[in-house]
Amino acid sequence: MESYSLLREFADSWMLLLLFVFFVAMFLWVFFRPGATKTYNDVANIPFRHEDKPTPAQTSSGEKEA
Amino acid sequence: MGNYIKLVVLGLVALFALIAANFGRDLAYQVNAITFALAAIVTFVYTLRNTGGPAQTVDLSGEYMDGVVRAGVIATAFWGVVGFLVGVTIAFQLAFPALNFEWAQGYANFGRLRPLHTSAVIFAFGGNALIATSFYVVQRTSAARLWGGNLAWFVFWGFQLMIVLAATGYLLGATQSKEYAEPEWYVDHWLTIVWVAYLAVFVGTLVKRKEPHIYVANWFYLSFILTVAMLHLVNNLSIPVSIYGSKSVQVFSGVQDAMTQWWYGHNAVGFFLTAGFLGMMYYFVPKQAERPVFSYKLSIIHFWALIFLYIWAGPHHLHYTALPDWASTLGMVFSIVLWMPSWGGMINGLMTLSGAWDKLRTDPIIRMMVISVGFYGMSTFEGPMMSIRAVNSLSHYTDWTIGHVHSGALGWNGMITFGALYFLVPKLWNKERLYSLSLVSWHFWLATIGIILYAASMWVTGIMEGLMWREVDANGFLVNSFADTVSAKFPMYVVRGLGGVLFLAGAIIMCYNLWMTVKRSPAVEATNHVVPAE
Repeated sequence: MESYSLLREFADSWMLLLLFVFFVAMFLWVFFRPGATKTYNDVANIPFRHEDKPTPAQTSSGEKEA
Repeated sequence: MGNYIKLVVLGLVALFALIAANFGRDLAYQVNAITFALAAIVTFVYTLRNTGGPAQTVDLSGEYMDGVVRAGVIATAFWGVVGFLVGVTIAFQLAFPALNFEWAQGYANFGRLRPLHTSAVIFAFGGNALIATSFYVVQRTSAARLWGGNLAWFVFWGFQLMIVLAATGYLLGATQSKEYAEPEWYVDHWLTIVWVAYLAVFVGTLVKRKEPHIYVANWFYLSFILTVAMLHLVNNLSIPVSIYGSKSVQVFSGVQDAMTQWWYGHNAVGFFLTAGFLGMMYYFVPKQAERPVFSYKLSIIHFWALIFLYIWAGPHHLHYTALPDWASTLGMVFSIVLWMPSWGGMINGLMTLSGAWDKLRTDPIIRMMVISVGFYGMSTFEGPMMSIRAVNSLSHYTDWTIGHVHSGALGWNGMITFGALYFLVPKLWNKERLYSLSLVSWHFWLATIGIILYAASMWVTGIMEGLMWREVDANGFLVNSFADTVSAKFPMYVVRGLGGVLFLAGAIIMCYNLWMTVKRSPAVEATNHVVPAE
């Protein structure tokens, strides 16, 4: 079997299935994971945290910024 | 020690570039080789002047690296004006062929200037905007300074060198004739080196981030960097005829080459002009609206759906060609499915303003960002529609396509970049506010009216010429010759040129406003900590 047919066979079967499963799993992960809403509400605010300077290397609490 | 190695490398590069200039077989190659040698010599002198002094021990990890972002903002504004100016020039060259001056024949006629325009606006204006904003955003959302020290500066200057090499090459006739991938082999190789450094800086910063979560804007930026690297490598597989000449031969040929080219071409739209700029949207719209993105969940769905679907849409550029039917059908179907995540993203951007719609009245910058997202929605509706075979048989090869591209490029990419520049300049130069908000309003209206003139005239002229080409009389003979369509298009070409003039005028007003912001606007009141100069 030449390589085109082999790759085409694979792409039309297992790879397609793999990508589709990944895609559906991503939806489930985002919408139905316990605690997802809480996590995402928190991380949506990342742009408002470190406007002026990076978090110093050795602080555990992090800098409080407006 | 590191500096001595750098000096040796730079000296060798300059030497080899000069040898190449000496042996060069064509003018474009010689000019590019001399440009490259000059860049190496300037860098050599700069490095030499910073060598041998006391070792620097200043710890900069406590502040962001904003110098390179400032440089990127200046480069974006500069290349924007250059690119728009060349665009206006070629628009009028189409309307008035006499503007292809006899004395500039072979250098400044439409055929040479057109790739200069597309590359200047997409890669010089858009590329600098993406590099600058990605460096700004990845630092703020990772709470970490850019990784790699001066590597970010190498990315910036290396990218400018690539632009200059490509631009001078086009005018002198060096092109591999692939749309949006015109630069010849050595410019491609140079861009590959710069791009790997860019990826390293970006990923290095993500790796040392202090925020546990990678903010969604960075996902979009990263997918843009990675995919562009892949597209660039595959579409530019070519073998130079001589290492002392600019000519190269493509490895693919025939329909495989066409398919590779449009796989590249459409994903350049998808990942350069869409994913990268969505990264900008997901940071700057929430910042300017002062509220988090409407739905973070939707933004993740938007991301994965976009990158899963876009990569298959390229074959819709090759309807009714030697490409197999199944492939162009696949491209068409994926283009239509792509409508869904695109509008999901548009809704996400627009609804970020829910509860703060009054800002549209008071803040011209948010108005600019909102109309940009609106144009994103409009062109991502128009594009799938045009990819349908029946529609494509009318629209393909007509100016409708040009109108579609410009409503996306001027409306979506241009406006979101202007919004980001207006946001960034006061922050980066430590100013309280912009010099003038009414000038921003002027820019907004000039640009918007310019885009409307452009898109509307191209719809009219595109559909008109499509219908004229297919018109047959009672005996089945074609009614119109090609020249008939050209003369019928004249009024619309003039309107399109005027639209371009308005858009260019808006951009020049922006440059003035940003310049005066840096010069005249009051500085932010000093806080209690001293920020060391970078």
